[in-house]
Amino acid sequence: MPAGDIRVAINSDQDIVLARQKGRGLATELGFSAVDATFIATAVSELARNILVYARKGEITLRAIHGSNRKGIQVVASDDGPGIVDIRQALRDGFSTSGSLGLGLPGVRRLMDEFEIASQPGQGTMVAVKKWRQ
Amino acid sequence: MEVPILKQGEVLIATFQAALSDADLENLRRGLLQQVVRFRSRGVIVDVTAMDVMDSFASRTLREIAHMIRLRGAETVIVGIQPEVAFAMVQLGMTLEGVATALDLEEGLAYLIEKFKSID
Repeated sequence: MPAGDIRVAINSDQDIVLARQKGRGLATELGFSAVDATFIATAVSELARNILVYARKGEITLRAIHGSNRKGIQVVASDDGPGIVDIRQALRDGFSTSGSLGLGLPGVRRLMDEFEIASQPGQGTMVAVKKWRQ
Repeated sequence: MEVPILKQGEVLIATFQAALSDADLENLRRGLLQQVVRFRSRGVIVDVTAMDVMDSFASRTLREIAHMIRLRGAETVIVGIQPEVAFAMVQLGMTLEGVATALDLEEGLAYLIEKFKSID
């Protein structure tokens, strides 16, 4: 694990607030614009809530990343919850299995530059997103 | 964290802080509805100027507040959505459809007063 990772355990709705504050904090520290810092904080909030709603507990990891000539931020949301049966469906606007509106994942994808998801039923879920500094 | 609700004549004003949890938002929804009933308020202003993140839960709760209050026969106006927050909400797919919004408290009050006039 590279130094400087910020890990936030997600167990309650207070942790969602903490995670998004840390997300904004790191984004600002890395020199992201106010708009991008807000996008990042909003994406963190959505990912943390997905953990709480679907898996009850999990973790958000925030880290600074370096491309060839650019800086960025990575947010990884991981849990050992029930996993996602149909990932393609979960990435469609309006799909949800929890009774919410299900705008979470497609919205997060639009807020960030890169989006990766790995999940299997019974094996938990890992969502990793990146945003690069403009 | 408590959200202060101020009574100003026929209008209630709720001012959101930055770090509201889901539970805080749910308490606010309950509190506002109770007070609208108690004071027979005709209008509600929800001031979100301090909110730096409006995720899907917060947007949905705001919309529900506005719709519930409308069913009570009162009007809600959301004021002070920051430009970055508005941008993020649109990207997220949350548009607060059917909910009145205004630039700030002053414009929100002016909106409600116009609204009351047209009903009276």
